[in-house]
Amino acid sequence: MAKLNSGVPKGELKDKWTQYKDSIDLVNPANKRNIDVIVVGTGLAGGSASATLAELGYNVKTFCYQDSPRRAHSIAAQGGINAAKNYQGDGDSTYRLFYDTVKGGDYRSREANVYRLAEVSTNIIDQCVAQGVPFARDYGGLLDNRSFGGVLVSRTFYAKGQTGQQLLLGAYSAMNRQIARGKIKMHNRHEMLDVVLVDGKARGIIARNLVTGEIERHSAHAVVIASGGYGNVYFLSTNAMGSNTTAAWKIHKKGAFFANPCYTQIHPTCIPRSGDYQSKLTLMSESLRNDGRIWVPKNMDDVKALREGTLKATNIKEEDRDYYLERRYPAFGNLVPRDVASRAAKERCDAGYGVNQTGEAVYLDFSSAITRYGKEQALLKGEDENNHQLVKKLGQEIVKSKYGNLFQMYEKIVDENPYETPMMIYPAVHYTMGGVWVDYNLMTTVPGLYAIGEANFSDHGSNRLGASALMQGLADGYFVLPYTIGDYLSDDIRTGSISTDSPEFDEAENNVNKLLDQLINNKGKHSVDYYHKKLGKIMWDKCGMARTETGLKQAIKEIKELREDFWKNVIVPGNRNELNKELEKAGRVADFLELGELFAKDALTRNESCGGHFREEYATKEGEAKRDDKNFTFVSAWEYAGEPSEAKLHKEELEFENIAVKERSYK
Amino acid sequence: MKLTLKIWRQKNSTDKGSLETYPISDVSEHMSFLEMLDVLNEELIEKGIEPVAFDHDCREGICGMCSLYINGEAHGPDRRVTTCQLHMRKFNDGDTIFIEPFRANAFPVVKDLVVDRSSFDRIQQAGGFVSVNTSGNTQDANSIPIPKDDADTAFDAATCIGCGACVASCKNSSAMLFVSAKVSQFSLLPQGQVEAKERVLNMVNKMDEEGFGNCTNTGACEVECPKGISLDNISRMNREFLSANIKK
Repeated sequence: MAKLNSGVPKGELKDKWTQYKDSIDLVNPANKRNIDVIVVGTGLAGGSASATLAELGYNVKTFCYQDSPRRAHSIAAQGGINAAKNYQGDGDSTYRLFYDTVKGGDYRSREANVYRLAEVSTNIIDQCVAQGVPFARDYGGLLDNRSFGGVLVSRTFYAKGQTGQQLLLGAYSAMNRQIARGKIKMHNRHEMLDVVLVDGKARGIIARNLVTGEIERHSAHAVVIASGGYGNVYFLSTNAMGSNTTAAWKIHKKGAFFANPCYTQIHPTCIPRSGDYQSKLTLMSESLRNDGRIWVPKNMDDVKALREGTLKATNIKEEDRDYYLERRYPAFGNLVPRDVASRAAKERCDAGYGVNQTGEAVYLDFSSAITRYGKEQALLKGEDENNHQLVKKLGQEIVKSKYGNLFQMYEKIVDENPYETPMMIYPAVHYTMGGVWVDYNLMTTVPGLYAIGEANFSDHGSNRLGASALMQGLADGYFVLPYTIGDYLSDDIRTGSISTDSPEFDEAENNVNKLLDQLINNKGKHSVDYYHKKLGKIMWDKCGMARTETGLKQAIKEIKELREDFWKNVIVPGNRNELNKELEKAGRVADFLELGELFAKDALTRNESCGGHFREEYATKEGEAKRDDKNFTFVSAWEYAGEPSEAKLHKEELEFENIAVKERSYK
Repeated sequence: MKLTLKIWRQKNSTDKGSLETYPISDVSEHMSFLEMLDVLNEELIEKGIEPVAFDHDCREGICGMCSLYINGEAHGPDRRVTTCQLHMRKFNDGDTIFIEPFRANAFPVVKDLVVDRSSFDRIQQAGGFVSVNTSGNTQDANSIPIPKDDADTAFDAATCIGCGACVASCKNSSAMLFVSAKVSQFSLLPQGQVEAKERVLNMVNKMDEEGFGNCTNTGACEVECPKGISLDNISRMNREFLSANIKK
C-alpha cells in the first residue's frame, strides 16, 4: 500500500495549490535546455503540455498516430468548456465549480485535484482568448455563456458547436510556434508501443514509424502519456476510429496502476445506430439540451404507429407526450447530468417506448424553443407574434445560429430535417473517467511517468459533467503539469542525456518486435474487426449502462476466451515494414482485449452504483443509483500481475473535508 | 445496391500505381462512404488480398484526416461534407465509382489513397499562431471587447479542418484558401493584429516554397470545401499581403 500516496499537500483546500507552487523545486533556464521530455498524444492535454514545456525551455519530443497533431480527437468536442468566471453574475465561483464537479462525479473524485482544476479554469479562458481562439460573443463584444447538465449556472464558454476544434487549434498553434523554434520535435504517424524504464524510472519509449514500419528508440528524462480514453473497447463509441488504449495499457503493464476502469460515460444524446456495418456513433452536443426537450409517446399505440410509419412525431398531441426528464427531475429537467439522462432513456426504451425500428431511440424536440425564440424576435422586430409561419421562421434562424453545424451534421447522417421533425437520439459510449492512476503531481506509480487529460483518472469521479473534459485537458497541460514535472526534473539536472544504447532499450525493442512478428505471422482466419466487434458486443451488453453480477462474470469469461481465440486465429495481411493499418488496429485490439477483462473485474468488485457505474442490484426504489459510502469511498487502483484476472487491487481512500457527502439528487 | 469500384492502388511513394476494379454488392443506402470501404476491406482480407489503405479518424467531419477524390470531386458529390459524412444514398444501384487520392505535387502519395499533407503543418509553423506565452498570466478575457461580427467572421475562417480538398480541387493545386483562412482568423482579431504583417509574408512565402500553385480565382476550392470557407478570405489575404509588402 505504501506505493499509493496521493501526495496531496497539507493546508486549507483553497491554499493548497498556491502553497505547493511556492514550495516546489524549480529548474533554472540553462538546465532546462539539457532536459528532454517525451509527450505521447497531441489532444488538448498533450498539445498544451508540449507547447508549455517547450516554451519553458525543455526539449520536447511529441508523438501522435495521426498525420498531424491537429487531428487528435479533442477536435471533435462540440459544446464548450467550463470556467468559473462568473461573467453572468449568476452566483458562480471556484467553490461552486468544485462542488458541482465533485457532486456530478458522485463523490468518487479527489477533492484537492478537483479544487485545483476549478481554480485554474479561469486562466484557460484568458489564455485561449490571447491565443486568438474565436469564442462566441454577444453584441456588446463580450464573451457569451451557455449552461450544461448538472449545474445551475451558465459557465460554459463555446465556439458554436466546434469548441473542441477551436481550443485544439489554439494548442496546435502554440505547438507550431515551438516546432518552428526547434523546441518541439514532432513525430507524426508514430505510435508508442512500449515505455522503457531504467533503474525504475521512465526514461524513454519504443515507437513504430507507421509509414516505414521502422521501430525507433527515443529517450527522455520523463515521459508524459496524453493518449486519451479507452471508449473504443466498446467498438462503437463517439471516439475516433484510431482512439486507443495502447499507450496507457503498455505503461500499466510496466507498473503504472490503472484506476477505476469501470467508470465509463455513456452520453445520452447520440445518433442511434442503424446497421451492422456501423463503424462509429456520432454525438449530438449536450448543449442541445439547453433548447431541446426529450420525450417519448405516452401511449403504446402511438409508438407502434410511429414504427410502422403511419404516424409522424409532429402529429402527436402535447398531452400524449411524456417529457420523462421534466417529469422525473423537475429541478434540472432536460439538463440532468449525463448518466442520469442516459439511464432514463434506457428505462423508457426497455419499457417499449423507443420511437424507431430498433426500439432504441427517443425524441429531442426543438419546436418549443423555436416558438419561444420566434416570438421574442417578432416582438423585437415589431412584427405580429401570433403569426405562426413568421414566428417559426424567425425561431429557426435563432436555433440555426446556435446549433447550425450540429443540425447539418444530423441531417447529413439521418436524411431528416431536424428543424421540422424532432431529432432521434440514444445513449452511446463517449468518455472514460477511469484511467491511469496519478497522484497530485499527475505522476503515475512509476517515477518520471505522467498521465494527463482523459488518460488519467483524477478529476471526474464516476461521472463527468459536460464541458469539463476540455477544461481538464487544458488545465493539466497548460497549468498543472508544467509545475509538477519541474519538481521531479530538478533532480535530473546532472543526469545528462539518456542513452538509448542500453539493455533496457534492447529488451523493450525485442518485445515489441516479437509482438509485431507474432501478429503478422499468425495468418489466421478472422480479421481484426471481427474480434473488435465481438468484444464490443460483450462490453455493451454486459458492461454497459446497467451491469449485474451474473453478467459481469460471464463477460470476464467470454473476454478471456475471445482473447485466446484472437491470438490463435487473427489474420493481419501485409508486412511490418510498410504502412499497414490492419497491423496498427491489431495491436490496439489486443490491448483492448486485456483492458476489457480488467474493466469487468473492476465493475464486479464495486458492489454499489455510482455515476456511470450502475449495478442493477444496487438501486433505490425509484431506480436511481445507490452508493455505498461506508464500503466504497475509495479509488480502485489495479496493479498488473500477468493476466488481467490476476490484477491486484490497491485502494486509495477518498476523504471529503470540504464538501458534505450526500445522496446525489437532481429532483 | 451493387457497385463497381475503380480504386487507385499504389504500394508506396515510389511505386507507379494503377486503378484496380472491385465489384461490391449489398451496399445499404444508410452506410457512409467509408463504411462501404470498410465492408470492401473485410471482403478483401477474407480473400487474402491486401485491404485498401485510406486515411480517416473521427468519422464525423471535423478532424480533417479523411480525403479521397471521388468521381472527380474532392470528398465526392455531396456539398459541405467530408468523405466520412458522405452517405451511399447519394449513389445509385449499378454505379461505377472512381476513387483516387488527393493529387498535388505538395501532397505526395504514401500508399493507395493515403497522401502526405505535412506541407500544411509547415505553413502553419511559419506563422499560424499568436506569439503569446502559455503562462496563463495574460489579461482578463473580457478586457478587449470584440465586435460580434468580427468574432463570427474570424470563427467562420477558423473552422477550416485542413483536409486539403481546396488544393485537390484547384487546377493549379493552390493552397490559397487554406492559408487565407488562418491569416483571416488572426487579422480579424485584435490579438492577432500585432504580428499580422509578418504572419502573412511568412506564411505566403512558405506556401510558395512548398510547391503549391498560384490562385487564378476559379473558385473551385470554395465549392468543394466541406466547411464552406469563403473566397472572401483570399481577398482579405491578398489585401494584407499587398499592404505588408508596401510597408516593408
